[in-house]
Amino acid sequence: MLAFIIRRLAQSVIVMLFVALIAFIVFRYVGDPIASMVGVDTRLEDQEIMRERLGLNDSVIVQFFRFIGNAMQGEFGISYRLQQPVTELILSRLPATIELALVSASIALVFGVIFGVYTALRPKAWSSAAIMALSLVGVSLPTFLIGIGLIYLFSVELGWLPSFGRGQVVDLGWWRTGFLTETGLKSLILPAITLSLFQLTLIMRLVRAEMLEVLRTEYIRFAKARGLTQRAINFGHALKNTLVPVITITGLQLGSVIAFAIVTETVFQWPGVGSLFITSVQVVDVPVMAAYLMFIALVFVLINLVVDILYYVVDPRLRVDGGAGK
Amino acid sequence: MTEPLLSLRNLTVEFPTRRGILTAVQDVTFDIMPGEVLGVVGESGAGKSMTGAAIMRLIDRPGRIAKGEVILQGRRIDNLPEAEMRKIRGRRIGMIFQDPLTSLNPLYRISEQLIETIRTHLPMSETEARKKAVGLLDDVGIPDASRRIDDYPHQFSGGMRQRVVIALALCASPDLVIADEPTTALDVSVQAQIIDVMKRLCAENGAAIMLVTHDMGVIAETADRVAVMYAGRIAEIGPVRDVIKDAKHPYSAGLMGAIPRLGANLERLTQIPGSMPRLSAIPRGCAFNPRCEHVMDRCRIDQPQAAPIALGREVACWLYPPQSDEKGQTA
Repeated sequence: MLAFIIRRLAQSVIVMLFVALIAFIVFRYVGDPIASMVGVDTRLEDQEIMRERLGLNDSVIVQFFRFIGNAMQGEFGISYRLQQPVTELILSRLPATIELALVSASIALVFGVIFGVYTALRPKAWSSAAIMALSLVGVSLPTFLIGIGLIYLFSVELGWLPSFGRGQVVDLGWWRTGFLTETGLKSLILPAITLSLFQLTLIMRLVRAEMLEVLRTEYIRFAKARGLTQRAINFGHALKNTLVPVITITGLQLGSVIAFAIVTETVFQWPGVGSLFITSVQVVDVPVMAAYLMFIALVFVLINLVVDILYYVVDPRLRVDGGAGK
Repeated sequence: MTEPLLSLRNLTVEFPTRRGILTAVQDVTFDIMPGEVLGVVGESGAGKSMTGAAIMRLIDRPGRIAKGEVILQGRRIDNLPEAEMRKIRGRRIGMIFQDPLTSLNPLYRISEQLIETIRTHLPMSETEARKKAVGLLDDVGIPDASRRIDDYPHQFSGGMRQRVVIALALCASPDLVIADEPTTALDVSVQAQIIDVMKRLCAENGAAIMLVTHDMGVIAETADRVAVMYAGRIAEIGPVRDVIKDAKHPYSAGLMGAIPRLGANLERLTQIPGSMPRLSAIPRGCAFNPRCEHVMDRCRIDQPQAAPIALGREVACWLYPPQSDEKGQTA
């Protein structure tokens, strides 16, 4: 188990180094950052001073190692646009994105599993058919369209929920949360639903397919032949076996939720890292883009690691060295 | 005469499909006496496993019991509501499946699966159930049961897993155990042990066994009576010794001829030409008529019904016309 974690950690480091290389190439070669920072009337000498101050005149190798060294200390330079340290910028935007991602991932997971199990257990019911048909909408409609649709319905027509922003936030020192105020919670509803819808339908369809598969297995037949209750069979024996692949997908999806919150954050003017990234792209604020790339890669690598460890917890067959006997 | 433990009366299982109704089991009628071992033999697809599943009401959709009755100790169980049926499964009738590698839930410890089953049927505390579970594992011959009970299924070999399956089927001391090819998936050297364990434990509990298999050797050693099935119908039923020595139905005679015997100086084993018809193409009359060497005109038109030819023996074949006093029933 420990050896496995160490091996996976080593792999993670390699992945991160590779991503760092890409991030560095983006950082170094996407346009001339100075050109996009200055106005037409900036003197050439001033431009040269800025170039020197940002370290853009050193050799490529030096710049790459400096990039890695700084990245390991959580140092990604200074935003060209805002003239603030990038790490500080991202950290200040992070709570908004993480709260949004966690809430929508929870919605997706809870309702995805519930609907998936329901449609698997009642494959013939009209309610299942209706859920399945609706889920097609969730899979096929683009996120921004769903967001705009929800804004139109609940903000414009009904006027129940705010259409943009995060509402009032409470500053806990290092974390600004929207969970503690009414406007904060209200503002969270629409973006969270928008962001979760795709994952929800994906998880639901996965759970359904997996559950139907498991219900056909011999051990479920044997459980029935032993006279176990329907509840014990469906929610004990079948569901637990269904969850093994669901864990993988959900884990990876959590990464996607954070990474692809960009669209939702843009639609709802959500002040998270996603919208920071979009505005940075618009003005070619390369340090922010590079840092964002590294950050998302780190999120995926960490989640993958957690998913692999969760496998060990759920499936005893993988615990080769654990257990008694042998 | 004692009351039979289980009686099937004209049990018929059908599968409605787009191309028409397939009859997987047709008019199967037999009794199982308390404590008796009834072997059910036949080729794959002869309907023997389906008969077992029908008794347990575990037929996969869209299959259904179209006709007939299943009577357990004088009480009809084929039309019970699902909740009532659940109390019979495991408690009154236990079932052992073919493949021990897939019969156990891989994510639960053996102890969890045993205790869950025991407590579903018997009013026992967790501790009592665990004690009983250890006892059961001991009985089925798992060494060091009290320690191994907390292992997961994948930590046991195939033979050991089938022992666990037997323990699970016998948890609540059922009166009847339906064993559906219990040794087919196992190594030959383990088969005899598993049959021994099963037979010994059922004898100790006074449980009857319905042993479904295609292995005549297992039947010969284990069963008291044997029912030979062909294309969903009973071809012949009788005491195992009589059927093996002197099979009446041409199909069972062919089957017995296919058993290799020590000392018999044969170049080749006899074989039955052709293969069993698909369910969608069962011939008119006797289902065996295209392969039968004694086929008569009548066999191609009328379907023979199982009729007694001697004490305890029934054959469904026109070579053995029903006795005159039975004629009324079979016409």
